[in-house]
Amino acid sequence: MKYSQDLLECLYRMMVRIRLCEESLVEPIIKREVRCPCHLYSGQEAVAAGICASLTKADYVWGTHRSHGHFLAKGGSMAAMVAEIFGCASGCSRGRGGSMHLIDPEQGILGAAPIVAGTIALAMGAALASSIRGDNRVAVSFFGDGATGEGVLYECLNFAALKKLPLVFVCENNFYATHMPIRECRVENSIYKIGEPFCITSYEVDGNDVLGVYEVGKKAIDQCRQGMGPAFIECLTYRFRGHVGPDDNIQGDHTDIRPREEIEAWLQKDPISRFRDYLINNGLMDRKILDDIDRGVETEVAQAHAFAKASPHPDKKDLTRYVFK
Amino acid sequence: MSSNRRLSYSLAINEALHQMMAADDSVFLIGQGVNSPWYVGNTAQGLLAAFGDRRVIDTPVSENGITGTAVGAAIAGMRPIVVHPRMDFMFYAMDPIINEAANWYYMNGGKASVPLVIWGIINRGGEQAAQHSQALHATFAHIPGLKVVMPSNAYDAKGLMISAIRDPNPVIFVDDRWLYELEDTVPEEIYEVPIGKGAIRKTGSDLTLVASSFMAQEAFKAVQELSGEKIEVDLIDLRTVKPLDQELILESVKKTGKLLIADGGWKTCGLAAEISAMVCETIFGYLKAPISRVTLQDCPAPASATLEQAYYPTAETIAQAVRDLLQSPTREGLYPDLPKKQ
Repeated sequence: MKYSQDLLECLYRMMVRIRLCEESLVEPIIKREVRCPCHLYSGQEAVAAGICASLTKADYVWGTHRSHGHFLAKGGSMAAMVAEIFGCASGCSRGRGGSMHLIDPEQGILGAAPIVAGTIALAMGAALASSIRGDNRVAVSFFGDGATGEGVLYECLNFAALKKLPLVFVCENNFYATHMPIRECRVENSIYKIGEPFCITSYEVDGNDVLGVYEVGKKAIDQCRQGMGPAFIECLTYRFRGHVGPDDNIQGDHTDIRPREEIEAWLQKDPISRFRDYLINNGLMDRKILDDIDRGVETEVAQAHAFAKASPHPDKKDLTRYVFK
Repeated sequence: MSSNRRLSYSLAINEALHQMMAADDSVFLIGQGVNSPWYVGNTAQGLLAAFGDRRVIDTPVSENGITGTAVGAAIAGMRPIVVHPRMDFMFYAMDPIINEAANWYYMNGGKASVPLVIWGIINRGGEQAAQHSQALHATFAHIPGLKVVMPSNAYDAKGLMISAIRDPNPVIFVDDRWLYELEDTVPEEIYEVPIGKGAIRKTGSDLTLVASSFMAQEAFKAVQELSGEKIEVDLIDLRTVKPLDQELILESVKKTGKLLIADGGWKTCGLAAEISAMVCETIFGYLKAPISRVTLQDCPAPASATLEQAYYPTAETIAQAVRDLLQSPTREGLYPDLPKKQ
């Protein structure tokens, strides 16, 4: 068989962890128990899970405002993330960052930020650090299609190629930059082609096919590790929820953005049920094992919420702590 | 080892870079023109030969991307120095400097700091006009999470560069081309000038004069001239713009009761305004006269030399401001109905 049982299980479990954790936030957001803006990753799980499966703990990832999935897939603690989203002192950013600033340097998660394209150059810096030290680490920059409108992306494509830096640009094209459909943002929709003028190996992949993402990610990461310079991957995917919070942004609704038929068509391509069907139909994994994974994840999510609920919020007297080290 | 070796300001920076790169493998220099005297004078001379192009990285014109790269490398454990040979160009890099570097440690709850030096060179004069001349220290000093240093002499230039490289936070190191030729006694060994500590350049009891960078040199000339007129000035060279050495300023103003601030930046919301507000808030009762400011006018830098002469304050501008302030009515003279000071 082409893939080890471990890998298949790992990919499936990671996608389920991301999905169930994301969906567990919906009710607390609606009830205003979670107040910080949450950009849910539901629907895009195959990208984070598929790419991070080829990274080591020492490798680096950098994310965006929509990075719950990247954080979990690179080894971040679900409890620390949920606690951060609830604004707790025990959160991964000690209640100073919220949903949009997730970090765990021990796991190589060097940070996430909502300035669109803001962390691409930072990821390039981590790749440069690796290149100067010669320690063979790879940096992955996750960003959305909205970032293709920012000039710094092109500065980074050029410099990373010029210096052959071990940097993988992963563009998650979910076809909307906040409210704006991609056809209104760009004349050329094939984002992966922006890597080509910089002589960067560029791929387009079905971002809802976790094995497809894994294959392309592995190639790109291997190439970086061999010192052959950066790679660019465009993952075509879709967010099941709207830009921020649980709202679906359906047309005719108050946000009036996405056609209902479009959402329904993408729900048919749900990366988790697709992978589950693939595993069962090809006799690669038993339904019972998959169900057990689901139940295990449900327990983990419940425990993460229990941890957050039991955690205190930061003390007001610590307001200005961490301005300077 | 000679204890009174003379070295120019720019070569003092150069020596700091050589010594810190030799002492610490994680230190590297990146930016536009680091191999070119056209951009950075002789501050980077010999570095490429000594440390190679992996650690002395000349870059294409991409201020935003390259500054962000330095920020990311710092978060990943390096100690980069990113240079902007014209400080004006740093505006292209405001996102990585402010949104990312300044905020990173706080917004990540202290999990990752940014040990980074962002070196901006003020390059005014020479009819270079508004986009090659700006002094932006106050802009950066406004931002929580950034430190800002502005050495006025070669000794401080070396010591503050070393302190900035060793500091675990992002430090904006601002120097001024007009200082590059100035020589001073500079120790050959590695030493630090502490960030956040000013220095008294001359003591006197008539008035407190606060200045930094090139203006501290002009202020020193003014103070020497005033000495001949029997006017004795307490001259404070800030060295660090943020965090301000508040105690040093306050102690001096308590002694003199009169404050003049000479700053190479603009007036509105500038460094002089901040010092003025800080003194008023803290020791208003000690002030005997209104605080006075010598700054640039709220006007972009001009090109033509005649306009430049009108634009940039000099030692003479400062000396005249001191005389004016000493002749201005005292607090009691201005407001005779005020209750007498306790």
